[in-house]
Amino acid sequence: MIGVSDKPIDPPSLLATFIASVAGAGGIASFTGVVRESNEGGEVERLWLDFHGQLTVSALNEIGGDTRTRFALIDIAIVHRVGTVLPGEPIVFVAAGAEHRRAAFDAVDYAMDRVKTEAPFWKRETRDGTDHWIEARPSDHDHRARWEDEFGR
Amino acid sequence: MKLLFFGRLRDCAGVGEREIDLPPGITTVASLREWIGRDLPQLLEPTVRIAIDDRLAIGGETIGDAREIAFLPTVSGG
Repeated sequence: MIGVSDKPIDPPSLLATFIASVAGAGGIASFTGVVRESNEGGEVERLWLDFHGQLTVSALNEIGGDTRTRFALIDIAIVHRVGTVLPGEPIVFVAAGAEHRRAAFDAVDYAMDRVKTEAPFWKRETRDGTDHWIEARPSDHDHRARWEDEFGR
Repeated sequence: MKLLFFGRLRDCAGVGEREIDLPPGITTVASLREWIGRDLPQLLEPTVRIAIDDRLAIGGETIGDAREIAFLPTVSGG
């Protein structure tokens, strides 16, 4: 289950489907990212996510595949919203199933750090009536770099 | 051939897609970028990446029979 959705996503039902499909897992961890209600001191009205049909899905598949290999996962799910997403709505769902819990926790953390810095999404945030194109935060790159320090890549 | 613009480049171009006929002499991705960049200087920024038919390009590639050339600004991430 890796891909994008132009419709609202329902993390509880995605998680239930994932749990039912991961045979042999001893631990399943999940993460849901939600659009914040305020940013940079302004009230967020909506977020619009632009994406490239082929490149974005390929990048998510690559991140999913690398995460799966690195943490010896049984399975991984990554579902990302595209189009218009409103404050309070889920924007991304990641779940990992592994034999033991530590790999599942780490895998979700790692996959999210890569999604935040590498996935070809372009976000336009409408805040207090004005559009702003968003770039990855320096802290997102710092989080991504943690894994390079620990694992040498 | 189709040009695709993403993120803030979509706003700069005013559209997400544009059909064009390549003039003679524009045979590489680098020369296409320079040609389109006369009207859209934002495309000349070094951080803008180019994809030919869903594959990221370095710049020297020939356009050949490509159907689509995409201009990609720095990603926001997910």
